[in-house]
Amino acid sequence: MVSLTLEGVGTRYGRKQVLADVTTPTITAGTMTAVIGPNAAGKSSLFRRIAGMASGPGEVHIEGVPSGEQALAYLPQDTNATAVLTVFESVVLAAKQGRSLKVSEEELRDIDSLLAALRITELASRYLSELSGGQRQLVGIAQSLIRRPHILLMDEPTSALDLHRQMEVLGLVRSLADERQMIVMIALHDLNHALGYCDHALVIANGRMHRFGSCNDTIDQHLLREVYRVDGHVELNSLNRPQVVLNAPIY
Amino acid sequence: MSAEGVAVNDVSPIASASQDYRASVGRRVLILVGLAVAVLISFAVDLATGPYNYPVTDVIATLFSPENADTKMRVILWEIRMPVALMALTVGASLSVAGAQMQTILANPLASPFTLGISAAAGFGAALALVFGVALVPFVSAFVIPLNAFVMAMLAAGVIYFFSRMRGVTVETIVLLGIALVFTFNALQALLQYLASEQALSAVVFWTMGSLVKATWTKVAVTAAVLAATVPLFIRQAWSLTALRLGDAKAESLGVNVKRLRLTTLILVSLLAAIPVSFVGSIGFIGLVGPHIARMLVGEDQRFFMPASILCGALLLSATSVLSKLLIPGAILPIGVATALVGVPFFFSLIFSSRRRNSW
Repeated sequence: MVSLTLEGVGTRYGRKQVLADVTTPTITAGTMTAVIGPNAAGKSSLFRRIAGMASGPGEVHIEGVPSGEQALAYLPQDTNATAVLTVFESVVLAAKQGRSLKVSEEELRDIDSLLAALRITELASRYLSELSGGQRQLVGIAQSLIRRPHILLMDEPTSALDLHRQMEVLGLVRSLADERQMIVMIALHDLNHALGYCDHALVIANGRMHRFGSCNDTIDQHLLREVYRVDGHVELNSLNRPQVVLNAPIY
Repeated sequence: MSAEGVAVNDVSPIASASQDYRASVGRRVLILVGLAVAVLISFAVDLATGPYNYPVTDVIATLFSPENADTKMRVILWEIRMPVALMALTVGASLSVAGAQMQTILANPLASPFTLGISAAAGFGAALALVFGVALVPFVSAFVIPLNAFVMAMLAAGVIYFFSRMRGVTVETIVLLGIALVFTFNALQALLQYLASEQALSAVVFWTMGSLVKATWTKVAVTAAVLAATVPLFIRQAWSLTALRLGDAKAESLGVNVKRLRLTTLILVSLLAAIPVSFVGSIGFIGLVGPHIARMLVGEDQRFFMPASILCGALLLSATSVLSKLLIPGAILPIGVATALVGVPFFFSLIFSSRRRNSW
C-alpha cells in the first residue's frame, strides 16, 4: 500500500522561504485530502515541493510504490496553451512522456476510455487553443490521470467548471481514489466540496500549516473566522450532510 | 457523502476518439511522403536548370548510370550542379529545423536564427576570420570560419537564453532583444567592411547576400554531418520538446527537465544555424517560414513536426535555388535575395488561406 508522509516540509524560491513546517501523519492509500486556505497561502508551493519541482527543508516520504510505476502526478493550475495540438494528442503526449515514440493500441484504448469517463470524447479532435477554461481543466485532469499515478496532486482543478462539471469531476476523482487506491491531494476553495468528497483537510495559512485532521473536525466556525476571516458556521442540511453557511466577511 | 462516481471503463457509444487520431496520424504520414517526393522532384529540377537546361529524364539517367552519359553533362551535373543542389537541401533543412526548435523552446512564433540575431552573429564571426584572420577557437587552423561563426552564434544564443529566463521577460521583449542583436552585429560587420582590404571586402559582402554557388563537396559533407548528428538528438527528445509547448509548469509536471532541455536544444540550434551561415552566408527567410508551414501542415507533435520542418526547409531552399536561376535568364540571383522575393508572397498566401486554429 502506498503512503505519503510530510515531515517539516517547506518551500524555498531562491532565498525566499514561502512555506514552512508542514507535517502530517501518514496519509494512506485510497484517501482524499483537501488542501485549503486563503489565496497565496502556499498551497501551490506545497504541491510543487511534494512533486519535487521546488526545493526546501523537511522530508517527503513516499512509500510502497511498485518499481516501474508512476509514483506521482501533479496537475498545475490551469494555463492557456497556444500549442497546435489536439486534445487527444495532448493526452497521448502526457501518457508517452519518457517512453518510446510509438503509440500502442492499448495506450490508445486507455485514452479512449479515460476521455469517455470524463465525458470529453467529443472534444478529442479540437485544438487546445479552441477550448474554454473549464474544458482545458478537464483535459489537464485527463493528462494527469492517464499516467496512472499512485499519488495525484491537483491544484484547483475545478475552479473554472460549472456546478454539474464540478460534481462530476470530483465524483470521478473520488471513485478513482477508491478503485485504484490512489492518494489524492486537492486544493479547493469551496469548503462544501471538501466536506462532500474529501477525508482529510490540510489547512495552510500565511505560509504555514495551520491544521491537519478529518474534514468534519477541521472545517468549523473557528477555521472560517481565523483562517478565512469570515463569519459563518457548519450545520447539517436537509440531506443530513454537513454544510458551510456563510454570513459576512470580518474586517 | 458517498460520491456517485463515473466508472472509468464506461466507454460512450460515440465513435471512439482514437479512430480520429489514427486517421490524422495516417494523414500526416502521407503529407510527409508527399513533401519528400516534392523535395526529390525539386532536387532533380535544380540539377536540370542552369545556363544550359537539360531534360529532367536525362538528368535522372545520368545520376543512375553515369558511365553511359555524355562526359560534359556528367561533369556539369556531378562536379558543378550537384554540390550546389545538395547544399540547398542541407542548408534549408538545417535552418528550418533550427528555427522550429527555437520557436519551441522560446515559445515564440517570431523566433528564428535570423530574426533573433544568431545568423548576424555567425556572419560577424565569419567576417572576423576573413578580414583579420582572427580565430576565436585557438589551435584549430582548419575550419576557422565555421568555428568562428559557431562561437559567435553561441554567444548570441546565450544572451537570448539568459534574458529569456529572467523574470518578467515577455515574448515581445525577446523579439526586441533579437532585433537589437541583429543591429549590433550588422553594425560590427559594417565596421569590419569599412576596415577591410578590397579583397576581404568582396568576401564579406558575399556573406551578407547569401549564395550557394561556392558550395563544395566538403561544405556539403560538413553541413550534412551536423544535421545528421543533431536531428537524432532532437528525435530522442520528441515528447519532451512537444510537452514544452504546453507551458513550463505543465512540462515540468510531466517530468521534463525544462532547464536542461532548453539549454541543450539551444546549443544544438546554434550549431545548426552557424554552420550554414558560415558556408553560404545569411539566408533569412527559411528558418522562420519553414517551421510555420510545417506547423500548418502537421501540427506540433514533434514526431511529425520535426521531419516536416526539415522537408519544408529543404524544399523551400531547393525551389528557390531553381527560381534564382530562372528569374533573370543567364544570371544566378543570390539565394538570400531570391528566398525573400519568392517566399514572402507564398507565405502570405498560406497565412490567409489556412484556418487560424492550426497556426500559432
